Amino acid sequence: MNFKLLSADTLKAYVKDYKVTLKAYVKDHKVISAILFVGLGLTMLRFTLGIAGVSNLDDNTPWGFWMSFDLLCGVALSAGGCAVAAAYHVFGIRHFGPQVRAALATAFLGYFFEVVALQYEVGQPWRLVYPLFWSPGTRSALFLVGLCVFLYLIVLFIELLPALFEYLGMRTRRTAAVHWSVHLAVAGAVIAIIHQSALGSLYLIAQPKVHPLWYSDFMPVLFLISSIFAGLCMVIIEGILAHKYLKKYMDEQHIKNADKVVLSCGNAVFLLMISYLFIRIVNLIADDNIQYLTTGYGMWFLVEIIGFVALPVFLLFIGTREKRIRLVKISAIITVLGVMLNRFNVSIIAFNYNLPPDERYSPSWMEIFISVFLVTLLLLAYRLMCAKMPILKEHDDYTG
Amino acid sequence: MHRRIFLSLLSVAGLAALLDAGDGQAASTPPSDKYPDAFGVLHDSARCIGCRKCEAGCRARHADLLPEPDKPFDDLSVLEKKRRTDYRCYTVVNKYTVKGRETPVFRKIQCNHCLEPACVSACFVKALTKTEQGPVVYNPGLCVGCRYCMVACPFYIPAYDYGGVLNPLVYKCDMCAPFIAKGELPACVESCPKEALNFGKRNDLLRLARERMRTHPARYVPHIYGEKEAGGTSWLYIAPTAHTALGQQELGASPLPQRSAGIMEAACMTAGIAPVLLGGAYLVRRRRDEIAASEREAAVKEAVDNAAAETAAKLKTAAEEAAKDKETAIAREVKKAREETLGEIQAQTAAAGDSGGNASEAKTEEDAR
Ligand code: SF4
Ligand code: SF4
Ligand code: SF4
Repeated sequence: MNFKLLSADTLKAYVKDYKVTLKAYVKDHKVISAILFVGLGLTMLRFTLGIAGVSNLDDNTPWGFWMSFDLLCGVALSAGGCAVAAAYHVFGIRHFGPQVRAALATAFLGYFFEVVALQYEVGQPWRLVYPLFWSPGTRSALFLVGLCVFLYLIVLFIELLPALFEYLGMRTRRTAAVHWSVHLAVAGAVIAIIHQSALGSLYLIAQPKVHPLWYSDFMPVLFLISSIFAGLCMVIIEGILAHKYLKKYMDEQHIKNADKVVLSCGNAVFLLMISYLFIRIVNLIADDNIQYLTTGYGMWFLVEIIGFVALPVFLLFIGTREKRIRLVKISAIITVLGVMLNRFNVSIIAFNYNLPPDERYSPSWMEIFISVFLVTLLLLAYRLMCAKMPILKEHDDYTG
Repeated sequence: MHRRIFLSLLSVAGLAALLDAGDGQAASTPPSDKYPDAFGVLHDSARCIGCRKCEAGCRARHADLLPEPDKPFDDLSVLEKKRRTDYRCYTVVNKYTVKGRETPVFRKIQCNHCLEPACVSACFVKALTKTEQGPVVYNPGLCVGCRYCMVACPFYIPAYDYGGVLNPLVYKCDMCAPFIAKGELPACVESCPKEALNFGKRNDLLRLARERMRTHPARYVPHIYGEKEAGGTSWLYIAPTAHTALGQQELGASPLPQRSAGIMEAACMTAGIAPVLLGGAYLVRRRRDEIAASEREAAVKEAVDNAAAETAAKLKTAAEEAAKDKETAIAREVKKAREETLGEIQAQTAAAGDSGGNASEAKTEEDAR
C-alpha cells in the first residue's frame, strides 16, 4: 500500500494543474460551482459585516434558521450513525454490517459540519473552547449539547479509524482499532442518547415563549425518540440516494443487503413512532391543550401530527407487513420531513408565538443559502470519502 | 428479543429525563430567599410621566458602552412606537394607551434582575452571574455569543450587537452594579424627577408597594408584578391598569431554570446506566451467539460423523451386495454355461456318429472357463 493521501508529487501536480482542473470542474458541475461560489461570498460577508450582514436574526429571535436546520435537524438526522452501529455491534443484527460505515461516515460529517455551522452562528466562534475548557456553565442545556457534540465527534472519528487505516494500509493499527468497535459503539450510543435529549431540553427554559401545543416537559424524551426514528429513516434515504449516485463505490454485499436493511429499519421506526405518537397525544390531553386545536396553531399542529406522524405510521404498518419496500421508503421520506417540521415548529413557528407578527422572524435568503452551501460541502466531502475510503464496500485486503 | 432490549434501554433513558422533567414542574418553591438583603427597584406607573430622563441618565452613566441615540432624549415622539432594549440602550420607556383611561400609562423596561435568572443558568460559559447585592452582571470577556441567554430570558431583555465582527457582545442593564457597591444609586433612579423609581432592599420595596396600594386603592390594581413572576425579580412594578395591558406577560411562579435544572444529573445517570445495559445486552447477545455457534458446531460434527458412519455402512453393504451379486451372477453363468454345454454334449452324444470335432470344440470352451 502506498501513501496516497497527499504526497509531494501529487501536491505539485495539483498546484500546476489547478487552473485547468478548476475550469474543467466548473464546466462539468455548474450548479455545484455556483453554490460554492455564492456560499464563499456569503461567508466573506458574514465575517466582515457580522451576523447582521447575512441574517434576519434580531433581539427577539436570537436563534433562527441556522439553529433549527443545522443544529436541531442536522443532529436529529445524524442519529442513524450510532443507531446502526449499536444495532450491528451490540445487538448483533448482522445484515446491518455493510451499512455501519456508511452511517458512521454520514454521522461524522453531519457533526463536523454542525461545528462548521457554529462558526457562522455564534458571535465569537474563536471562544467556543471557553465553555469546554475554561469556564463551563454546567447548569446550561447548551453546555450539555456542546459537550456531547465534542465527545461524539471524537468517538465517531475513532469509530471510523479502521476505514482510514485500511485506506492508508496500516494493517496492525487497523486490527487494533477494530478490536474496540463494540466499546465505541456503546460509548457512541450513550453520548447520542444524552445529546439528543439535551437538544430537547434546550427549550424547556424558554417555556413562556413556546406555544403550549409544542411545549412539553417531555421534550427531551420526544426529541430522543424522534431522533432515533429520523436517523433510521435517514439510513433508508441515504441508501436510496447512494444507490442512485454512488453505486460505483459499492460492493455486492452492500447492494444485496439493502432491502433487508430497509425492512428492519422500517420495523424499528414503526414501533418508535407509535410510542412517539402516544406520548404526544397523552401530552395534548394531560396539559389541557385540546382547547387550542381550533386555532390556527391548532390546525398546524394537526397537520404535523396527522400528516407527518400518523400517516407514516399507517403506511409503515402496511409496508412492513406486506414487505413493500417502496412504501417503506416513501414513509421514511415523510417521517424525516415530519421530524424536520417538528424542529422548525418548536424553534421558529411556535417560538415567540405571543409576539405581534411584525416583531416575528423569518429567515433571509442568505441564511438559507449558507445552510445549502454547508450541505453541499457535506455531500462533496461524503462523495470524496466514499471514493477514497472503504465506506460503501469492504476493502479488498480485508474481505471475508 | 433484540428489539426488546433496545426498547427497554430507551425507556430507561427516557425515565431519567422524565424524573428530571417532573422535578422541574413539581417545584413551585417560593421566590428565592438566597440573598434576603439584595437590592431592587420599584417602578410606579401611576407616577411615571414618560419624560425619558431615566433613559438619559442611564446613557450618561454608560457613555463608554452606549452610543448617542439617533433622536435626543427630550424628543418624546419616539414614545409613539413600541420599543425594546437593544445593543445601544439598556432601558426604554414605552407608552400604552389603555381602554377606559384618558391618559396614557408608561412603563420602564430594563433587565428585571430575576432572583433565579433564566439567562444565568442558560449561559454555557458562566458569563452571567447573579450577585449577592441583586444585580445580574455580565462578563464580556467570556461571552461566546451563543445568545442562549436571549432565548431563555422571559422578558426579552438581553440584546446582541449583530453587526459586530471582532467583539460582538450582549448588552443588558447591570443595575449600575459598580455604583450600588459604592453605595450610590442606579443612574435611572437618580434622574427620575417624579420619584416613579425607588431604590432599596427588595423586601422594603414590597412593603412600600403594599403601603401605596393601601393608601390609594383607587390608583393601583392589586398586583405587584415581579413579586412572584418567574420566581420573583429584583425589579418590581405597580400600575394603575392590569400589567398585561402594559405588555407584561403573565408568568408562572416557578423559576424557569428549574425546568431544566436536573438535566445534568439525568445525563450523568444515563451515562452511568446506559453503558451497563448496552454492555449487558451485548454480553447476552454474544453468549447466545456463542452457544448457538457451539451448538451449530456440535450439530455439524455429529452430522459429519453420522454421515461418515452411514457412508461406511452403505459402502460395506453395497460391497457385500455387489460381491453377492457377482457370486450369484457367476454361479448363474456357470450353471447356465454348464447346462448349455451339457445340453450340447447330450445333443452331440446323440449325434456322435455324425461328427467328433464338435465335441472337442465344446470341451475347449469349457476349459476356457
Ligand atoms: S430579566 Fe432576563 S436578562 Fe434580566 S436577569 Fe431576568 S432573565 Fe436575566
Ligand atoms: S450570549 Fe454570551 S452571555 Fe449569553 S448565554 Fe451565550 S455566552 Fe452567555
Ligand atoms: S425618569 Fe421617571 S418619570 Fe421619567 S420616564 Fe423614567 S421613570 Fe418615568
